[in-house]
Amino acid sequence: MADSTDTCRIVHDETVPARAPWMHDVKAGQILKIIDLEGNQAVDFLLYSTGDDAERYSAQDTMTAQGNIFLKTGSVLLSNEGRPMMRIIASDVAYHDTIGGACSCESNTLRYGHHTKSQHACVDNFLDANSLAGRNKRDMVSNINWFMNVPVEEDGTLGIVDGISAPGLSVTLQALMDVTVVVSNCPQINNPCNGFNPTPVRMIVSE
Amino acid sequence: MTSSTANPYAARDHARAQGGTRVDTMPLLPPADADHLPAGVTPQDMIWAETVAGGGYTSKIVNRGARIELTDVDGDACASLLAFNAALPTERLNVADTAKIQWNGYLGKDRFILSDMGRVILSILEDEAGTHDIFSGASNAASNARKYGDGANYGTHPNARDRFRIAVAKYGLGVKDIHPCINFFKGVKIGTGGEMIPATGPFPMGRRLVLRAEMDLILIIANCPHVLDPRENYSVTPLRIRGWRGPVAPPSDAIRTGTPEGLRAFLNTEDYYAR
Repeated sequence: MADSTDTCRIVHDETVPARAPWMHDVKAGQILKIIDLEGNQAVDFLLYSTGDDAERYSAQDTMTAQGNIFLKTGSVLLSNEGRPMMRIIASDVAYHDTIGGACSCESNTLRYGHHTKSQHACVDNFLDANSLAGRNKRDMVSNINWFMNVPVEEDGTLGIVDGISAPGLSVTLQALMDVTVVVSNCPQINNPCNGFNPTPVRMIVSE
Repeated sequence: MTSSTANPYAARDHARAQGGTRVDTMPLLPPADADHLPAGVTPQDMIWAETVAGGGYTSKIVNRGARIELTDVDGDACASLLAFNAALPTERLNVADTAKIQWNGYLGKDRFILSDMGRVILSILEDEAGTHDIFSGASNAASNARKYGDGANYGTHPNARDRFRIAVAKYGLGVKDIHPCINFFKGVKIGTGGEMIPATGPFPMGRRLVLRAEMDLILIIANCPHVLDPRENYSVTPLRIRGWRGPVAPPSDAIRTGTPEGLRAFLNTEDYYAR
């Protein structure tokens, strides 16, 4: 089993347009590299077991198992059944978020005002992709936000702040079971998670 | 000697003789007759009176405006909560939005709890605990098996997620509907490096929390040891619940008007009921 994209055969290479959803199966052992092409682009990310999508990424189980809210190199992404789904085998960015959730038309009305309700949002992307695979809103759970920076202050104050990524930086994951990856290349324009400018990201699957 | 349950007549008498038994952890019906009524609450307004055993679970549909008092009777309860819109359960508690919209990850008095549809579903009217947790989620079969030797529902160390699995099934809901939960009475704070710092007690007896339902809700509560509880023994004590009817938040309500985000969350809930 390969453990580095340098020695691997690329089986899929796709650039996800700004603001778009993406769904792709990654088999156990395969490696997914997500490249933040232009820098500070939040990549909202959900995982389902390809064999049984009732098993899916669990942010709470993942954080609890590692005793830390930040996802870093070595973090294992756990399912709601407590099973390892993917492992972060490399990251150019110090840490990634999994407490901030996905933007939605509805939550945008709270954060910014009802004038933003018609703007495209990550939950709409997740539903767009998932509905093509027979999934629906019941399948929405707390997600990962690659390249998004959500610090927590001592009094619990938290928020999406300026990113710590840069053009060309990447995060690399190895699948530990057959997984279906569902991504929203975040279209948010009201906070700094995309530098106020959504941009494309590149997805490379290798084995 | 003839068994007291040898024929249907005897079995019926045997079963009926058990009626009226009182134990410490049980639902009390009608709730109007319950003890420990909160100050100022009249018996006829009571809708829920129950004490949930350590390791147990319960659920109830409550209407908008209902008040729910949770009491950590002996200082070691852990009330893990799922919440659904009773009319449309695809709408449910969203812990990420609850934190993000309030710009804070710690729950307490005057904070509110959101659904995944941008609506306020619960408000925290009173909080004597200050130790709550939106981060670490429910214990599960594997985590309980690691700590206590087993974690199954039929055993002596049930886990919160499997309690949820049974509880939601009684509303026609399934594994896919078990969303990230809130743990009341057991706390987690976040350190400067992102580390999760649990506060699992035991705490002083009798700490209270009062919630107000802002929508008609299915509430699911499991009372199992917190998943980050470091103790080797299965440590959890009863949770007392008292619920009563109450008015919906008025326009001047302090939580409704306390923040611009909260006001818009209340406006969204009010809009949902504007028909």
